[in-house]
Amino acid sequence: MTVTEDRPAAEIGQARRRKEDQRLITGRTKWTDNLTLPGMLHLAMVRSPVAHGTITSIDVEEAKASPGVIAVITGRDIADEQGSLPCAWPITEDQLAPPHPSIAVDTVNFAGEIVACIVARTAAQAKDAVELVDVEYDDLPVVLDMAAAAEGGDLTHPDLGTNVSATWVFDSAEAGTGTNVEDAIQAGEIIIERTYRQQRLIPAFMEPRSIVVDPTGEQTTMWSATQIPHILKLMLALTCGISESKLRVIAPDVGGGFGGKLQVTPEEVITLVVSRRLGRPCKYTETRSESILAAHHGRDQIQHLTLSANRDGTVTGLKVELLADMGAYLGLVTPGVPILGAFMYNSIYKFPAYRFVCKNIFTNKAWTDAYRGAGRPEATFAIERIMDELAAEVGVDPMEIRERNWIKPEEFPFSTVAGMEYDTGNYEAATDKAKQLFGYDELRAEQQRRRESGDPVQLGIGVSTFTEMCGLAPSRVLGALSYAAGGWEHATVRMLPSGKVEVLTGTSPHGQGHETAWSQIVADRLGVPFDDVEVLHGDTQIAARGLDSYGSRSLVVGGMAVVAAADKVIEKAKPIAAHLLEADVDDLEFEAGKFGVRGTDASIGIGELAFAVFSAHNMPEGVEPSLDAEATYDPVNFSFPHGTHLCAVEVDTETGEAKIRDYTCVDDVGKVINPLIVEGQVHGGLVQGIAQALFEEALYDDSGTLVTGSFVDYLVPSAADMPHFTTDRTESPSTTNALGVKGVGEAGTIASTPAVVNAIVDALRHLGINDIEMPCTPHRVWSAIQSRSSGEETPAQSQNVADSGLPSHNVTVSEGPADGGDGADPNVGRADSTSTGSETNGGAA
Amino acid sequence: MRITTTVNNERHEVDDVWEGESLLYMLRERMGLPGSKNACEQGECGSCTVYLDGVAACACLIAAGQAEGRDIVTVEGLAEGDDLHPVQQAFLDAGAVQCGFCTPGLIVATHDLLARDPRPEDSQIRESLAGNLCRCTGYEKIIDAVKLAAGRMASTSAGGGA
Ligand code: FES
Ligand code: FES
Repeated sequence: MTVTEDRPAAEIGQARRRKEDQRLITGRTKWTDNLTLPGMLHLAMVRSPVAHGTITSIDVEEAKASPGVIAVITGRDIADEQGSLPCAWPITEDQLAPPHPSIAVDTVNFAGEIVACIVARTAAQAKDAVELVDVEYDDLPVVLDMAAAAEGGDLTHPDLGTNVSATWVFDSAEAGTGTNVEDAIQAGEIIIERTYRQQRLIPAFMEPRSIVVDPTGEQTTMWSATQIPHILKLMLALTCGISESKLRVIAPDVGGGFGGKLQVTPEEVITLVVSRRLGRPCKYTETRSESILAAHHGRDQIQHLTLSANRDGTVTGLKVELLADMGAYLGLVTPGVPILGAFMYNSIYKFPAYRFVCKNIFTNKAWTDAYRGAGRPEATFAIERIMDELAAEVGVDPMEIRERNWIKPEEFPFSTVAGMEYDTGNYEAATDKAKQLFGYDELRAEQQRRRESGDPVQLGIGVSTFTEMCGLAPSRVLGALSYAAGGWEHATVRMLPSGKVEVLTGTSPHGQGHETAWSQIVADRLGVPFDDVEVLHGDTQIAARGLDSYGSRSLVVGGMAVVAAADKVIEKAKPIAAHLLEADVDDLEFEAGKFGVRGTDASIGIGELAFAVFSAHNMPEGVEPSLDAEATYDPVNFSFPHGTHLCAVEVDTETGEAKIRDYTCVDDVGKVINPLIVEGQVHGGLVQGIAQALFEEALYDDSGTLVTGSFVDYLVPSAADMPHFTTDRTESPSTTNALGVKGVGEAGTIASTPAVVNAIVDALRHLGINDIEMPCTPHRVWSAIQSRSSGEETPAQSQNVADSGLPSHNVTVSEGPADGGDGADPNVGRADSTSTGSETNGGAA
Repeated sequence: MRITTTVNNERHEVDDVWEGESLLYMLRERMGLPGSKNACEQGECGSCTVYLDGVAACACLIAAGQAEGRDIVTVEGLAEGDDLHPVQQAFLDAGAVQCGFCTPGLIVATHDLLARDPRPEDSQIRESLAGNLCRCTGYEKIIDAVKLAAGRMASTSAGGGA
């Protein structure tokens, strides 16, 4: 069903300057950490240096005696109040999860876990006393290697009796969405088997997490640098046994999240419990080191893929066996992250058979959870990498293999083998545009020349044609996936007497510019000036209902709630306008902010009407004097942005350095409300995806200590590390929502990682290399080239550790031939041919 | 100890400053100037960039005591009244702000870059801003903003304007 409407769109599509920026660029905005309340105390956390151990004693006496210290709180002290941190996504009925106290009581399960909390008059005094708390631990065996952990051995949580939290399966034959994958593999003319590793990443939002709680007064108020004030409020109420109506959560300006602030954190629970207990306002702001150590991490999966195809490169089946490292606990949506990827492995392609099996594994590391893309970047990486392998096997251009398999424009709507209903898309159009902008054919010619001349700097071209599912989510689908909440969004539109408009949204922006984009939507809908619209958000007392911002849902779901509320305002205004104009409701038309009587000059503006309703002197019989309206919108389907990303990388075969020369992408995110914001979202996303390909990795040593504990070791890219991007768009409007929008927050991150790695491998494929493990550091690339030219395998180790001068034993990296050293397997057509690490984790299912 | 310092052209006396306190802490917590941000306190992100006697520096790495008798300019001191500085206006116009947490540091760093080099090339901009991390924008529009500001500032000074 097509519900997209044609409306005069004066504001939608304009590159409006953002309303938010004035306060941000002058430094006069409200961040949680800027807040000071009378009598406020400061918290600091004592964190375990031990990755796995029993707490045998905690001596807090010296800390208590330290200047300015008011209290030292241990897990035992608040055992009754702190509850267990929530996981909202039990993916299977028999999913196993350990209790998750905010302050550890008996055992610690990862290095960085909180074991005590200092309360002092100043932040400095609290931090000084941290050192004075003496905690003794009995070491327990540390579990770090998810592949080994999946097989048994030492246990992360001995009480659970296994390291496997849950096993989740999707099978197209069982679901009735396709045929049996084992049959396809049996019959396959080409079988390609590969293992890819999604290294552990750190969201690294720039604003550290910060919390202020004011327990004085009838209600307890929490300010938190969170993406999810509404979910947080409900979860805190349930976790701590506080009446929901006694809690107010405010997310003021929030400095980035990327999924990293989609969490109910121990620090929030502790600040709440402690401040209520002491009856004083309390503040906690984490340091960068704490943020890197203990705010949840992302990715960390081992993906084993088996792809079957006909000789001509038509894919006949895909089997995915996945191991996902949960870390020590299940956070808010931890177990569901790999499941979000399950629906995306088939990407833009027509695969007849598909099976996905995921095992969620506990290890003694910080827990993982959503990070920009959450499940979908992993899936996209794996499928786009293996499609290149298929192209190499068939002997055609990587673009050609995609064209042979993708859904054609005339085949939409298309039901996928993973059970999704893709509404619209035009992969050909996006690809044609991208190829042209990029100069695809010229670059291929240059690549050929360089290969032939034996240039030490080789050129590689990486292709990534992706799609993703956005707009989380139709509530019924979430229900079917056992997620605890719905996926609707809420908005209120109020006509103020002066004709200005107040919009309350349940979305919770932290850099996305909702104040601007929602104003554009409402300005068009109600025919009022952009500047007359004020958007309020992030306060559960002001915008009381909402499900917040994540999963590229804000515009697709939240924007639609705003549309629905604005339309209700118009409906409410109609009988009043008719009454004042002494006309029949059916003769009215609403255009450009005015109700007019068809065929006459008589009209009344919505602002004028707002004042008339405010004064309420002359209302029609039985009509309430209010134009305010609210709406809750539950999407009917996901939306499916897509695009073609092309990356040209120059690889110096003598140093291993891979340098991005050109990056061109054409994204189709449906209708665009504000191109300036959309471009910014794409750029930012690209950099995070490229950073996974080239730079970033959270590394633990073999005692379970995080060795990438600061921005010195955890390499968030700077401007100097990044190329210029050429971005453009095609537009096939979504037909599942009236705005025609699809979502853009995660697209760049999802698409770019495989584009870069495909380019690096493409530059080196003629040397017999068919994989480089991420991040593709110069050392890794160089080692792969060396081992190929000398015909040797490189030893298994994490090159990143070696690079940074840190101990080179890293048990978190799966054993097996590392770093693409096992690259171009001449037996690629054999079912048993595998790449990195397959020996240890091939039995993922 | 007591520190006497000039911040954004105003003389201030700050009491009870303790040894080891950073200039960033003093500005944010004692002087009501939270524009400079604390994103790492390790000199690794540039969110806290201020001018100290005309030299751009990370306030988190400078001891408050070092500000004694010195001249400091923070992001709050760049705009004149309600008028944005051209660098700020350019960030706004170019769409170079997302969450805005890195922005004050980047504005000061850009201000400093353009004072030293009024028409920098792309690569010089990228190198000069390499000490300022931004997790949101991918830097593309920040580069645009720097070039926009450079162009506008050059044309005002060429036109004999302020
Ligand atoms: S806070 Fe000073 S450099 Fe990061
Ligand atoms: S705009 Fe968010 S970190 Fe730069």
